[in-house]
Amino acid sequence: CEQAPVAVVHQCPVVHADAAGVQAAVECGTKVHPPAAEGAAFDPASHAQGEVTGSHDAIAPACTDYASYCARGGYALAAAVIAGRRDSDAVLSTLDDSGLRGLGGAGFPAGRKWRIVREQPAPRLMAVNIDEGEPGTFKDRTYLERDPHRFLEGMLIAATVVGIDACYIYLRDEYHGCRALLTAEIDKLRRAAPFRLPHIELRRGAGAYICGEESAMIESIEGKRGEPRLRPPYIAQVGLFGRPTLEQNFETLYWVRDIVERGAAWFSGFGRHGRKGLRSFSVSGRVARPGVKLAPAGITLRELVDEYCGGMAEGHALYAYLPGGASGGILPASMADIPLDFDTLQPHGCFIGSAAVIVLGDRDRARDAASNMMRFFADESCGQCTPCRVGTEKAALLMQAPRWDQATLEDLSDVMIDASICGLGQAAPNPIHSVLRHFAHEIGTVELTS
Amino acid sequence: MNAPASLAPLQGAAIEFTLDGRAVGAVVGETLLDVARREGVAIPTLCFKDGYRPDGNCRACVVEIDGERTLAPSCCRAAAPGMKVQSASARALKSQRMVLEMLLSDMPDAGHKWVDGDPRLPHGELSQWAARIGVSVRPGLRSLRRAQPAPDVSHPAMAVNLDACIQCTRCVRACREEQVNDVIGYARRGASSEIVFDLGDAMGESTCVACGECVQACPTGALMPKTSLGTQVVDRKVDSVCPFCGVGCLLTYNVRDNAIISVDGRDGPANHSRLCVKGRFGFDYASHPQRLTRPLIRKAGVAKDQDAVPNPADWSEVFREATWDEALDFAGGGLSALRDAHGLKALAGFGSAKGSNEEAYLFQKLVRTGFGSNNVDHCTRLCHASSVAALLEGVGSGAVSNPVSDVEHADVIFVIGSNPTQNHPVAATWMKNAARRGAKIVLADPRRTELATHAWRTLQFNADTDVAMLNALIHTVIDEGLADADFVSRRVGNYEALKDNVRGYSPEAMAPICGIRAETLREVARAFATARSAMVLWGMGISQHVHGTDNARCLIALVSVTGQIGKPGSGLHPLRGQNNVQGASDAGLIPMMFPNYQRVDDAGAHAWFEDFWQTPLDPDPGYTVVEIMHKALAPDSDPHKVRGMYIMGENPAMSDPDLNHARRALASMQHLVVQDIFMTETAWLADVVLPASAWPEKSGTVSNTDRMVQLGRRALDMPGDARLDLWIIQEIARRMGLDWHYEGEDAGVAAVYEEMRQAMHGAIAGITWERLQRESSVTYPCLSADDPGQPIVFVDAFPTDDGRVRLVPADIISANERPDVEYPFVLITGRQLEHWHTGSMTRRASVLDALEPMATASMHGADIAAMGLQPGDVVTLRSRRGEVALHVRRDDGTPRGAVFVPFAYYEAAANLMTNAALDPFGKIPEFKYCAVQVQAGGTPRPVAGYGSGVG
Repeated sequence: CEQAPVAVVHQCPVVHADAAGVQAAVECGTKVHPPAAEGAAFDPASHAQGEVTGSHDAIAPACTDYASYCARGGYALAAAVIAGRRDSDAVLSTLDDSGLRGLGGAGFPAGRKWRIVREQPAPRLMAVNIDEGEPGTFKDRTYLERDPHRFLEGMLIAATVVGIDACYIYLRDEYHGCRALLTAEIDKLRRAAPFRLPHIELRRGAGAYICGEESAMIESIEGKRGEPRLRPPYIAQVGLFGRPTLEQNFETLYWVRDIVERGAAWFSGFGRHGRKGLRSFSVSGRVARPGVKLAPAGITLRELVDEYCGGMAEGHALYAYLPGGASGGILPASMADIPLDFDTLQPHGCFIGSAAVIVLGDRDRARDAASNMMRFFADESCGQCTPCRVGTEKAALLMQAPRWDQATLEDLSDVMIDASICGLGQAAPNPIHSVLRHFAHEIGTVELTS
Repeated sequence: MNAPASLAPLQGAAIEFTLDGRAVGAVVGETLLDVARREGVAIPTLCFKDGYRPDGNCRACVVEIDGERTLAPSCCRAAAPGMKVQSASARALKSQRMVLEMLLSDMPDAGHKWVDGDPRLPHGELSQWAARIGVSVRPGLRSLRRAQPAPDVSHPAMAVNLDACIQCTRCVRACREEQVNDVIGYARRGASSEIVFDLGDAMGESTCVACGECVQACPTGALMPKTSLGTQVVDRKVDSVCPFCGVGCLLTYNVRDNAIISVDGRDGPANHSRLCVKGRFGFDYASHPQRLTRPLIRKAGVAKDQDAVPNPADWSEVFREATWDEALDFAGGGLSALRDAHGLKALAGFGSAKGSNEEAYLFQKLVRTGFGSNNVDHCTRLCHASSVAALLEGVGSGAVSNPVSDVEHADVIFVIGSNPTQNHPVAATWMKNAARRGAKIVLADPRRTELATHAWRTLQFNADTDVAMLNALIHTVIDEGLADADFVSRRVGNYEALKDNVRGYSPEAMAPICGIRAETLREVARAFATARSAMVLWGMGISQHVHGTDNARCLIALVSVTGQIGKPGSGLHPLRGQNNVQGASDAGLIPMMFPNYQRVDDAGAHAWFEDFWQTPLDPDPGYTVVEIMHKALAPDSDPHKVRGMYIMGENPAMSDPDLNHARRALASMQHLVVQDIFMTETAWLADVVLPASAWPEKSGTVSNTDRMVQLGRRALDMPGDARLDLWIIQEIARRMGLDWHYEGEDAGVAAVYEEMRQAMHGAIAGITWERLQRESSVTYPCLSADDPGQPIVFVDAFPTDDGRVRLVPADIISANERPDVEYPFVLITGRQLEHWHTGSMTRRASVLDALEPMATASMHGADIAAMGLQPGDVVTLRSRRGEVALHVRRDDGTPRGAVFVPFAYYEAAANLMTNAALDPFGKIPEFKYCAVQVQAGGTPRPVAGYGSGVG
């Protein structure tokens, strides 16, 4: 993120960490994440087409607490929906019209998901995914630590519209500051809310990338090993504790209030190159100003870097980029003018996922990035299915060779894509394919021509 | 782990879809793999195992479904209408083959489970599938073979070679979902994922109970019985039935060089391929060097010394070898002489619940028609005699109303006086499975045993207060208006008397007596009464008391007033102990009944059997086990003094109560004939010892606790000149003047069975020998060839005179011997998982001996601490009748003030201390309760020539 590299001493982060900084943190003896100042007035809409992250040094940005949020009209919409003054079907129609899609990576239309779960027999449950484990993704934390109630209000609206009895919030356990903040703010909400709340449980994540996969997260909440489930049945039908479950990413819920209050057209009015809506890009890598950028859907990488990130970092020229975190593939600089959005990258073997954009410069190698990603997948594979468990491990080893064994890597890719249980294994070969397709000169399969 | 693969319950509706271009059909809920197999389409499978929940993790069985982005595991995907499935498209085949190649690439060169004895196919099912579809590992992958874990050979029976593990989790499901022992887990992740025991312990150090379900489940040989590592080729596989407990698990013996090298569970109705440690690993007793191989006659001048320590490895000081002719003449002649000199009551016989039905039938026929009295009994007297007395009186039948596996349909499972995870381990798995499904187990026992961890409520009541507690439950049912009035009015007799009697037994009044809170008693009573179905299962904790019959009467009353009998998932199930205690009792190996419970003093039955056997028969019931021991020591003037005995396969010198008395009685016999496979403590006191056949050496039937007649088949040749028991009985009979002719192989076993079937036509008329050959197991009552058998009885009526249950009110009777200042502890005896009965078989089974080598006394940690002891210290236990010294073991499930001692150990024979006081109806001794002292220190006796005794 914009603060990388980060070390965490006990539960206290040290940003832009170096040995001296870490040593100082150890000596100062702070063990917990420092609390945030309250009383802020964070308004995401005001950041549209701009940067969300400000200071690159703050580890506890000022927070819009319950009182501050309510003072600016917060929870009025939720109260209206819960009291029935605001029609649930109208809320759904607004979501549909806005084009809001699941912002965890899969991009399933939010309104459609709500309708599907609403049609299932009660009791229905909600599971909120704030595991935010995709490398390069930090948008959820950025919003959560500044503005937790906008998300909670979205969750309550969803719970009411869909008819949810209990909400389980699964929070990345490394987010110590967020956990303290969210715990405190949920308590305030429980004490002060002028309407009936569903049962809300804040659960600590189990510390595994795979627990961000929707069904593995459900297993983890149930107290089991975080292993993805086979589908069908889909979790909308048989989810948490065997009940129909609405699972949403943090950010999807975060935008609900603004979309409903401001209207579908406000959200869908953003966009470039024929795409609609806003996307929170987590930009990292060789750019001058990394951070979360609330940019129009469809923006190209080149536009994103130039307009939002102050261009490339000094001394680096654009060489390649990862448009969607670890599994979204790698594209060369020559393809930096493709609109970035759901559906636009598939023809190129890539996807946007959670919009974690990692930019590589001319001193980087795509194969190193790919190799790094594959080692990450091998470490994070849950070990349940053969293609992913064995495939990621073998591929990571094969990718170390100066000259890749292309046939074997392609065979491994095929079985991982076709036969893995979940998205981790299915998408893990994307970096391999990207390198084979766009960076063959790095792996000895074609001669480098200069 | 994974959610159920299908939302829809299995329905009959037909589904039509396309498989590999062919139109095929399926019912709702059927998987693509089910259909493919039916259609003869071969799809590789590894993590899939028939009967287990499909997990879909290995991905070897993936198929291509039109319109789907990825391939689908055929083992988990339900067929759907119109689906177009290709099991062998290029895409599907590519993944199937790659999965096999990836797994093979990590395998060691030398494997542990060779297919067809071929070391080139060393990895079981993985090698099999790879060979079948022509997969081999490319060098580029072979060179990346994973780092391999070290072998773990810490367990006596099983080898753990995780270098051959493919992480398919069949063992995990075996351990957690089938047997519910929760030992094996799946730890770490990614390529580091590994099978672990408990928290990564060595298998031998873990809480593994060695059921062996995991080795049976493992497809590649990563988990294997140590005896079958490498080649799997055997000389023959013989389908039979387990010789240990009453559950009656069907199994297959794997025989090589006339020895059993391993055992597989077979899909029988009672076990569905599951086994426990005894059935799976306790088989090598049959090949023990101490097997008797020649007839033996006591040497002239060697007196019978009840205190002598038997030496089963070297009997030459006491016995000499004899020919069969000499031994049989001596055995039969001696018995005949006593009969002729002292009358028909001078002889008695103990048959065995470990023998076959045919042996039991023929043995009791020998006693009744050859000895001339009904002095025939066996160890049923020591286990469920009181239960049977109460059942015959109450419901008109001594057997169970529903099979154990019916707990599957029960909402409440009331287990009392039973420790099924140790004594009926496979039966316990059905209970644990039911608990996982949501059934409420109520475990009522003075000892808090393993099943408690699966129980909804555990009632650790004060020993000896069964009637108080059970009456309080019945009181609550009636008091709170929860009785099933309709059932009571139609099917229950003597209800008012019961109602009057339990009026004084409120939970509030009984709580101080039984030690269970009144509110808990009421809660349990309500749950039992209001359950859709509730079932009672019990063991020796109910029966082995002087009030054992009363205890069982209360259980009958409980199910009767609540209407919880005569339907699925309900009823009464006394868990039978021995493999054939049900069958031996059915066959008439009891002093008051002819075969099929025809009373000997019933004129009609008496006449029928006199006609059937063409012999005059004694019209009076004979003496029971303990009574016969008393009669052996009766004065010479007693016309009923027992002077000679024929004991087949029983070991009363270990299993009777008050052993000093019992051994004195045995030693006092003028002529004692013992027929056994080992020199037992009883045989040591014999005049003649006849070497007999172990269970795997003979063919015959046994009847399990579920009323299933099951066929055992001969798997081994007998050692030396040992003979079939059935042959020996016939030879004795011949020498006592009986003219029997049972033609056919295996000493005419089929002919004996056929005669028995006629004698028991009211129960097993429909179960012919031929049918058993075909079906292996048939449940009775089964009255005709087309009768499938009736697992659940009393559906419409009870086989009593008026078709109703006859309730018999019971009041509190104290144990015969209560603790006092001098003998302050209660001694509870019983069994343990690894050892059977008197240990003669199991202590000679190497794995079982290795797992539980020495006698221990279990006590609560607080009692151990109060005495200043540490677990492992030696204590001396002493009752008014005898004493033993043994090592103390901490078990906080044992109540304070009590000591539990298993009775399988000669060197610390618990029955030296037990009390021979009898229940007046069942004539069963009070094994579960007597008073003892516990004293620090003492000198344990050396082991008796078998069993290592080394901890």
